[in-house]
Amino acid sequence: MTSPVSSAIPVTVLTGYLGAGKTTLLNRILSEDHGKKYAVIVNEFGEVGIDNDLVVDTDEEIFEMNNGCICCTVRGDLIRILEGLMKRKGRFDAVIIETTGLADPAPVAQTFFMDDDVRAKTRLDAIVTVVDAKNLLARIDDSPEAEDQVAFADVILLNKIDLVSAEEKDRVRAEILAINPEARIVETERCAVDLGEVLDRGAFDLDRILLVEPEFLKSDHHHHDESVKSISLEAGDMQPEPFFAWINQATQEQGPNIRRMKGIIAFENDPERYVVQGVHMIVEGDHQREWKPGEERRTRLVFIGRDLDFAALKAGFDACRAA
Amino acid sequence: MPVIDPRVFDVYVVACGFLGEAAVFALGDGALRVVLGEMDLTVQAHDGGLLAARFAADGRSILTSGDDGRVVRTDAMGAAETLFEKKGKWLDQLAEGPQGAIATAAGRTAWVRLADGTVKEFAHDKAVGGVAFLPKGLRLAVATTDKAMLHWVNASGAPVDLPWKGAHTGVTASPDGRFLVTTMQEPALHGWRIDDMKHMRMTGYPQKVKSISWSAKGRFLATAGANAAILWPFFSKDGPMGKAPLELGPRDRIVSAVACHPSEDVVAIGFDDGMIMAVRFGDSAEVLLRQADGAPISALAWDAAGVRIAFGAESGAAGVVDIRR
Repeated sequence: MTSPVSSAIPVTVLTGYLGAGKTTLLNRILSEDHGKKYAVIVNEFGEVGIDNDLVVDTDEEIFEMNNGCICCTVRGDLIRILEGLMKRKGRFDAVIIETTGLADPAPVAQTFFMDDDVRAKTRLDAIVTVVDAKNLLARIDDSPEAEDQVAFADVILLNKIDLVSAEEKDRVRAEILAINPEARIVETERCAVDLGEVLDRGAFDLDRILLVEPEFLKSDHHHHDESVKSISLEAGDMQPEPFFAWINQATQEQGPNIRRMKGIIAFENDPERYVVQGVHMIVEGDHQREWKPGEERRTRLVFIGRDLDFAALKAGFDACRAA
Repeated sequence: MPVIDPRVFDVYVVACGFLGEAAVFALGDGALRVVLGEMDLTVQAHDGGLLAARFAADGRSILTSGDDGRVVRTDAMGAAETLFEKKGKWLDQLAEGPQGAIATAAGRTAWVRLADGTVKEFAHDKAVGGVAFLPKGLRLAVATTDKAMLHWVNASGAPVDLPWKGAHTGVTASPDGRFLVTTMQEPALHGWRIDDMKHMRMTGYPQKVKSISWSAKGRFLATAGANAAILWPFFSKDGPMGKAPLELGPRDRIVSAVACHPSEDVVAIGFDDGMIMAVRFGDSAEVLLRQADGAPISALAWDAAGVRIAFGAESGAAGVVDIRR
């Protein structure tokens, strides 16, 4: 008998604006000799030319949940296809979902939190966003989807790096980090990347958030958009009850503006690390592993979104610190 | 405890049932296994995954649909015939209707194939979550977003909308044709009395309802999705409106499959830990049919005589329980 966690199929979500190089990356994943088999879910209107025996076409179908929450949308087509794929377990090792260039990543990500069956049988490994170094700044200016895709990413493939100057590249990197300081940026030409950088990352690259110093704290660069896009909060031990009450309330109040939230929490008198993650108003948490001997018990919580109320979030967070 | 003839298939059991004396298991890898005593016949019905299966009302064949875009009819001798094909489509919905009609769907489109081979196509704005036929006439019921619909298959009349907000993921008609019930993306069922479109809300489930079964003469609709089998009464004029359902076989696990006895007021209940029991409606008397082994029961069916139960699990564990022994 296997536990649901160990048998959960890893799912990689591949986003990126039209022409950024998503299909190039996908074909690279499918053609390279890595001994793994992938089931690939693509959109009918997506870019073409994928060669794999387990490709599924789908029409994006957004389900609104009947609970009155506008944030609570899931991708009905994905629920249906993943349910079908789970009947063929053993034929493939992992699933890749390619979204259309204009897709909002939120319903895709929320599907993995909100649908019981999907949550029980799959594990969202990482959201990988391919961006075009030459055109990203213009895209972010003229389409909210491009910014959403950057905000939601765990890994950003900064592609077509050969087409920009060092100066242009720095500007693009700064912009990406202003939107999403936690993302890991991998620079590529024609999506040439060690696939280990993209696939099977595990736990949303969660450990990274303890390592990264948020860029906006270090530099004083100012973007034309002054709204607060990400907040990183730090502490030592926290009190569990006030923390859960606060995080639930904060995500309800600021949910529409929160794109993603992730964190590692050290609760007082708790030998294990507690990890939380969320999309909009949805929050999920669980114990991850024991704090290692000598490991600093540090709490770190990151919000990525738009128009976030920094003062309110910080005050609420600080009120949950253990004495 | 009744005697179990166990089988191990190592593949997700999508559906099971009986063709005559033989038990038939439809597996996720596209194969059908026909077993009876020493006989164990494998029919590769689909070139790829098998997504849905229905046993024909006459008990002589099984219909299956798959990700190879085909609907196949297979009989107890293993003879298979392709009834419908749409290359490249995942046909994950399936229904058998009156007059030899079958229905299937992929994405936003539903198709009906009539006995003479004629195919009618029904396009929708949103995904088709389920298909079913009304018992009389040739009317196709479709579950879709924010409504169910009733299409005339042969007549040219406009379809009837049965609105209810939300994503409807499955549909069934009561055997007397008076009620239509959908399963939803939320943990709930919704019903309509077709005559006057009166609504029936059936809520309170902790999980989505993925298995339903009408009891003999359509008196109750048994449902999975809770920590007991929930049976809604449909025998009165108003259906379950204003009535409490039966809750049979309560445990601390979730019911994953239900199958009502063909003639008696008894339901077989499969749980998400592999346990199976049979429970009588009147006095809630329980009989344990199979011990838990950890794998969710994914398929459950009685034979026509109501003396044997075929079962299958997500793990590929399967078997036949004979309650006479």
